[in-house]
Amino acid sequence: MKHLLSAADLSRDEANAILDTAREMHAIQNREVKKLPPLRGRTVVNLFFEDSTRTRSSFEIAGKWLSADVINVSAKGSSVSKGESLRDTVLTVAAMGVDALVVRHNASGAVQRIAQWVGCHVVNAGDGTHEHPTQALLDAYSLRARLGELDDRHVVIVGDITHSRVARSNVLLLATLGARVTLVAPPTLMPSGVGSWPCETSWDLDATLSGKAFGDVDAVMMLRVQRERMSGGYFATEREYAIGYGLSPQRLDLLAEHAPILHPGPMNRGLEISSAAADGARSVVLDQVQAGVAVRMAVLYRLLSGADEPVLEEAK
Amino acid sequence: MSYLLKNVAPLGGAPTDVLIDNGVLAELGTDLARGAAEVLDADGLVLLPGLVDLHTHLREPGREDAETIASGSAAAALGGFTAVHAMANTNPVADRAEIVEQVARLGEYAGLVEVRPVGAVSAGLRGETLAEIATMARSAAAVRVFSDDGACVHDARLMRRALEYVKPFDAVIAQHAQDPRLADAAACCHEGEVSGRLGLPGWPAVAEESIVARDVMLAEHTGSRLHVCHVSTAGTVEVIRWAKARGIEVTAEVTPHHLLLTCDLLAGYDPLYKVNPPLRPADDVAALRAGLADGTIDAVATDHAPHAAHDKDHAFADAAFGMLGLQTALGVVAETMVATGLLDWAGVADRMSLRPARIGRVAGHGRPLQRGEPANVTLVDPAASQLVDPDALVSRSRNTPFAGRTLPAAVRATFLRGRPTVLDGKLVNGIPA
Repeated sequence: MKHLLSAADLSRDEANAILDTAREMHAIQNREVKKLPPLRGRTVVNLFFEDSTRTRSSFEIAGKWLSADVINVSAKGSSVSKGESLRDTVLTVAAMGVDALVVRHNASGAVQRIAQWVGCHVVNAGDGTHEHPTQALLDAYSLRARLGELDDRHVVIVGDITHSRVARSNVLLLATLGARVTLVAPPTLMPSGVGSWPCETSWDLDATLSGKAFGDVDAVMMLRVQRERMSGGYFATEREYAIGYGLSPQRLDLLAEHAPILHPGPMNRGLEISSAAADGARSVVLDQVQAGVAVRMAVLYRLLSGADEPVLEEAK
Repeated sequence: MSYLLKNVAPLGGAPTDVLIDNGVLAELGTDLARGAAEVLDADGLVLLPGLVDLHTHLREPGREDAETIASGSAAAALGGFTAVHAMANTNPVADRAEIVEQVARLGEYAGLVEVRPVGAVSAGLRGETLAEIATMARSAAAVRVFSDDGACVHDARLMRRALEYVKPFDAVIAQHAQDPRLADAAACCHEGEVSGRLGLPGWPAVAEESIVARDVMLAEHTGSRLHVCHVSTAGTVEVIRWAKARGIEVTAEVTPHHLLLTCDLLAGYDPLYKVNPPLRPADDVAALRAGLADGTIDAVATDHAPHAAHDKDHAFADAAFGMLGLQTALGVVAETMVATGLLDWAGVADRMSLRPARIGRVAGHGRPLQRGEPANVTLVDPAASQLVDPDALVSRSRNTPFAGRTLPAAVRATFLRGRPTVLDGKLVNGIPA
């Protein structure tokens, strides 16, 4: 695998291999010295055209724990506004002897374009409203940790599907891993053509969570309401959204005890998720963050070392 | 210089000889004597009235790195055109007499096609107040087409005023139909399965259709001429069909790329396929072809939109809208309309010359191939084909989506007022600097 641009790039075997590698990487997080040697002498650049704290930090830690030299380049504001083409910006950075570019961009497809221009490995760290494949991998990792294999498991994803790269990548990856997915959103936040996606859709959160619509639910993933995108009048008020699509304490009672609650963060408490849901025993929000480092280590390791052997002796 | 075209087929009809002399079609008949004329063997070639483009972006003034009036004129001549309408969204905007006169004058200097300036409808294309339409119409450029193309005249009252205002000049308002509240500046992909999957901002068909529906009612109310730019949806075709049946003076154009390409091509996020309005699904393409065939859509217009490479080397959403069209238009029409049997060559002449000239009030172009008519004509080899090589195009830009594609038919010669601008498929005086 040369790049990781989309969750659709991953076959079931490849996805499981990354998740298995991540499990081994995860083990070092409890060690006193969190450092492995395999990427020593390799350079990874986090090229972020869009603000991010958790994803950039997660990739940075992942690279450093694998002994790569990690450089953070903030290219906030599109290259257009700076008067330089994206191609020139990226070629300039890549020309510095980079082995891998981890790219986030506010435009869908930007990372795919970049991968066509550069010779090094490219990882999509989120492109516009398109995809965020490592988020989907860490979500799958967290789900597997709670539920075991994901075949026939029913995962419900709730919120602003239209603008969610997390939802797109999760639908693709979870389907690859054999899970069933139901997307729940008001009609205004459900993307065009969603009927052709490998999932079910619903406007009714209560019917879905209770299992009346599409069967018992094994996990629920709440998406952040992106307030910065909400000027388009997608719903009337935050209060009305919370009533219809928030994971309230009352709705928690509809969920099975075993069903984990996921959120990619940052959370809008009281809007899409209540504190009772975010902080309760079923919440795996912080597990997701921890899994993020392990998954990104696995991705960088597999891309840069070309290793198909998932075992790192030092990690055992 | 006189030219005798031997055994040419006018509009694909029976072979005949055509003598071009003193700027006009001096004689048509069999076995014409050559006299002093240079003889061109036109056996198997089709003679068309010179093509007229209602919708060209020549980028001058302002973006001469992407195109100049001279380079765009050269591309037009090679594409078989003898007249083009230069859109007003230049920098500065063509919203007053001195700009449109400059454009017309530069077109005369280039001397390859007749360049007819389009004037802006609103000052600065801002959609707030009328541009100096009357002054532009009365100027030496004698503007007859007004458009804010690139932007929609979305204010209904301003659109009504514009339609009323142009009546004394027998001019037409050419509308870029895009409701900015339904498809804003970020909208770059047909809203549907593809936009949802790729996460690209959607440009719904109804954003075009609702504006066209409103405008045809305004045209009826004012009794004015309305022209709809680059129709892209089946719904718009239906609205125009209904309006024409009602007797409303509405005309419409379709681009070659909307006749051939679909939104599925956006899967790789290649900005070469980014146009406004966006490429649509196959059902819309079929409706556009049918609409052009039955005359609901009057004309093919290129929307030739040259862009420097650095304006396309961005993420899809950030890249400039538009693609080249002048040198490939006839080939795309031949593939989509002639090869499919939807139009014959007389139909092509009607949609690419006669009607566009009539809509734009371009005197001397789009005329019948008859004795005494101005010799603005194009010779086409219908049996030939052309491999589109971006590096061989004469435009200053290279943003063609047809690179590597073989298109049927080829322009062999173009005559402007009896003088050849293209012979043997090449510019007579080379590529202008």
